[in-house]
Amino acid sequence: MDVKNILLVGVGGQGTILASKILSDGLITAGYDVKMSEVHGMAQRGGSVSTQVRYGKKVYSPIIGKGQADILVAFETMEALRWLEYINPRGTAIVNDYQIPFALILMGQIDYPDGILEVIQQKVKTTVLKAAEIAVQLGNAKTMNIVLFGALVKAMSLENIDWEQAIRNHVKAKTVDINLEAFHAGLTGTGFSSPK
Amino acid sequence: MRKLLTGNEAVAQGAYEAGVTFAAAYPGTPSTEILENIAEFKKDIIAEWAPNEKVALESAIGASIAGARSLAAMKMVGVNVAADPLFSFAYTGVNGGMLLITADDPGLHSSQNEQDNRYYAKFAKIPMIEPSDSQESKDMIKVAMEISEKFDTPVLMRMTTRVCHSKSIVEIGERQEVGKKPYVKNLAKYNLVPAVSRNLRAQLDGRLKELEQYSNETSLNYFEWNESKIGIITSGIAYQHTKEVFEDTVSYLKLGFTYPLPLMKIREFATNMETLYIVEELEPYLEEQIKQAGIACIGKEKIPNMYELNPDIIAKSLIGTERQRVQYDSASIASRPPVLCAGCPHRGFFYELSKIRNVMVSGDIGCYALGGSAPLSAKDSAICMGGAPSIAHGAQKIFNKFNENMRVIATIGDSTFFHTGINSIMDTAYNNSNTITCILDNRITGMTGHQDHPGTGFTLQGMPTKALDIAAVVKAVGIDHVRVINPLILSRVKSALEWALSLDEPSVIITRWPCVLKKQSQIDKDEFGNYMSTCEVKEEKCIGCKLCIWTGCPALRFDKGARKAKIDPVQCVACQVCVQVCPQKAISRVGE
Ligand SMILES: Cc1ncc(C[n+]2csc(CCOP(=O)(O)OP(=O)(O)O)c2C)c(N)n1
Ligand code: SF4
Ligand code: SF4
Repeated sequence: MDVKNILLVGVGGQGTILASKILSDGLITAGYDVKMSEVHGMAQRGGSVSTQVRYGKKVYSPIIGKGQADILVAFETMEALRWLEYINPRGTAIVNDYQIPFALILMGQIDYPDGILEVIQQKVKTTVLKAAEIAVQLGNAKTMNIVLFGALVKAMSLENIDWEQAIRNHVKAKTVDINLEAFHAGLTGTGFSSPK
Repeated sequence: MRKLLTGNEAVAQGAYEAGVTFAAAYPGTPSTEILENIAEFKKDIIAEWAPNEKVALESAIGASIAGARSLAAMKMVGVNVAADPLFSFAYTGVNGGMLLITADDPGLHSSQNEQDNRYYAKFAKIPMIEPSDSQESKDMIKVAMEISEKFDTPVLMRMTTRVCHSKSIVEIGERQEVGKKPYVKNLAKYNLVPAVSRNLRAQLDGRLKELEQYSNETSLNYFEWNESKIGIITSGIAYQHTKEVFEDTVSYLKLGFTYPLPLMKIREFATNMETLYIVEELEPYLEEQIKQAGIACIGKEKIPNMYELNPDIIAKSLIGTERQRVQYDSASIASRPPVLCAGCPHRGFFYELSKIRNVMVSGDIGCYALGGSAPLSAKDSAICMGGAPSIAHGAQKIFNKFNENMRVIATIGDSTFFHTGINSIMDTAYNNSNTITCILDNRITGMTGHQDHPGTGFTLQGMPTKALDIAAVVKAVGIDHVRVINPLILSRVKSALEWALSLDEPSVIITRWPCVLKKQSQIDKDEFGNYMSTCEVKEEKCIGCKLCIWTGCPALRFDKGARKAKIDPVQCVACQVCVQVCPQKAISRVGE
C-alpha cells in the first residue's frame, strides 16, 4: 500500500499532539509502519503548530510535503488556510469552524480573514464541524481535539481499529468516558455540515 | 517488543540498554526529553539536571573518570557553553565510555541560531555518529560506548530536531550490565598541565588515524547498491528524505559514523558511480571533506545550506519535480507568533515595563522573551542564555560615558539566572554600573516544558533538595538593592521599577510567582495558594476601550460588532491582570 499522510494543524495548546499520539498508537496495533513528527518548544505557546503522521508498509521521511496530505485536520479555521498548500488536491480537509484570534487581530491592526471555509470548500473535499460547540455540549470543552479525531477516523475509513483502547491509553482515567463520547460524536458526524 | 518512540525516547532506552549509569543535561529544545526519559530508569541510572551545559558535561566527565559509562545531552548552542571541557577531555580520553549528545535545530524551530555542530567533531578531534531514526538512535548509543572505550575518547552523537522529535518503531532490548571500571589515579592522563597535554596532543591525532580505519570498516557506514550509476552519499535525517524521493532507483552510501569520514569507502563508491551527489542538511560538512580528498561530487550548488531539508527540496533541487498543489490566495494569512499563556506571571511585569520610556530592555532566552512581542513589546535585544545582565551592563556603561539619558533594564528567567546569569549579575556589581536586572522567577524552567532547577527544591528524579534562594545569591554576588515582588500586582511592579530607576547602583527586582503550567508542589501551594477560578467581563460596564486587550492575554476576545471585550472561560485562570487595567471595573472574578 502507498504511504498515507495525515496532517494535523492548529494552535499550540489545542491538543494536536495528543490526537496524533492516539492516531499513531492505533495505526501501530493495526500493523502499519508509522512515522510521526511533532515540533515542540516555542510554537507550543499559542503559535501555529503541526503534527504529521505517515503510515503504510514502509515509511522513510517523517515529513509531509506540499500537495501530499491525504487528510488535513485543522483544529482552527485560519490554520486550515495556512496549511492548505500541503493538501493533496484530491485529499480531504476536516476543518473546525472555530476561530482563535491573536494579538494583532485583537488590537485591530489586521482582520481575521473572511470566507475561509468557502475558499477551502471550493478547492478540496471538505468536512466542516463545530467541534468546540460539540465538546461544550458534551460537558468538557477540552475534548474538542477528540471530536476532531473521531471525524478523522471516519475520513480515513479505518473504523475497524480499536481506537477506544488507543484513547484509553492516552487520556487520564477520569476523562476516559467523556473522551469516548467525544470520539463517537466526531465519528458519527453529529452536528456536521455535509461534505461538499 | 516493538514500541513507537521519539528519537529522544529511543536514546534513553539505548542508554539504559548500554549500561549507562550517569547522565546529565541542561534542558534545551530539541534535546530535553532525552534526560526526562533517562530519569525514569531510577534504579539503574543517576540522571540529573545541571545548572548549565558546561556543568552537565563536566559531571559526566567525572563519572567517566570514576569508571562508569556516562552521557551528557544538550541542544546545539549548549555545546558552545560546554566547549571548554569538551576540547580538553578529548585529550585525556575516558575511563568509562562517555557520550556527548548534541541536538541541532535546522530550521530554527526554537533556537537563537542554526549552527551545524558536526564541525565540533572535527574541531575537537573526536569521533561522531549520526542516527537517522529512532531505532538507530537507540542502537548507536551502544556502539558509541564501545567506540569510546575501545579508542579511549569521548564520542559526539549528533541528532537534529526531526530525529529527536519524530516517532518511529523501535525494537526494545534488555540492559547489558557493564558495571564500573576500577578507578586508577593517573596524572599523565587526567591532569592537563602543559607538559601532559603536549604529550597527549600527539596521541590525539594518532587516535584519529585509527578511528578513520574503523570508519572504513564499521557497518554504521554502508552501501545500498542498486541498478543505477547515480550515487548519493547522505547521513542523518537527510538519508530518510532522500530514500523517500528516490527509493531504490539510485545507489546510496549511508553514513552513520561521520567523523572521521570513511574516505576509502567513499572512494570505492565514487569509482562505481557516474554522478555523485552529497545530500546533507545545513552546511557542506561532508562535501568539503570529500572534495578535499579529490573526489568529484555535487552538493551545495544544488541543495541549500540553510533551514530544514525535506523530500520536496531534494526532489526539486536534484530532479526538478514538484507535486501538484491547491492554488489559492494566501495573502490574508498573517503569521501567528507564540504568546505568553493566559495567566502567565510574566504578563503583569511586562505590561508595566512596556510603559517606561528611555530604557533599553536587554532580554534573554525563555518564555519571558515573549514579553518582547506585541502588544507588550518590551525588549530591545536577546542574544544568548544568561547574557541579559552583562549585555545590559556593557550598554549602560556606554550610555553613561556618553551622557545619554538611557537606562538599561535586563530581564532574565530563574532557570537562565542559574544557567549563567549569576556571573553576569556579578559583573554589574563588580564593575559598578547602575544596571537594573529583573529576575522573572516563575519557579520553573518554563519554555522547555517545566524542568526543575537549583531554585525549585526538587531534582530531576523527583527527590526533594535544597532550593537556592535567588535573593540571597544575588546579595552574595554584590547587589545591595534587591526587591522581591508579586508580578500580578501591577502597582507593586510599577513602584519597584520606579525605585530601581531612582538608584545609582546596580539593583535586582525578583518577580516571584509560578508559571501557570507548573505542576505545583505542596510548597508552592502553601506559598501561592490555588487560584482555580475565572474572570468575566460585565457587558453592561464594558465601554469597548480595549485597554484589557493590550495586556496581550490570549483568553481575551473582542466582539467587534458589539464593541465588548469577552473572556474565554476555558483559558482564563483569574490572574486578574486585566482586572487592574480596566478603567470601568468591568472585569471581575466569576461570582464576585
Ligand atoms: C545555551 C542554551 N541552553 C539552553 C537553551 C534552551 N532554553 C531556551 S529557554 C530555556 C529556559 C528558560 O527558562 P527560564 O529562564 O526559567 O524562563 P521561563 O521560560 O521559565 O520564563 C532554555 C533552557 C538555549 N536557548 N540556550
Ligand atoms: S509556560 Fe509558564 S512561563 Fe511560559 S508563557 Fe506559559 S505561563 Fe508563562
Ligand atoms: S484574568 Fe484576565 S489577564 Fe488573567 S487570565 Fe483571565 S483574561 Fe487573562
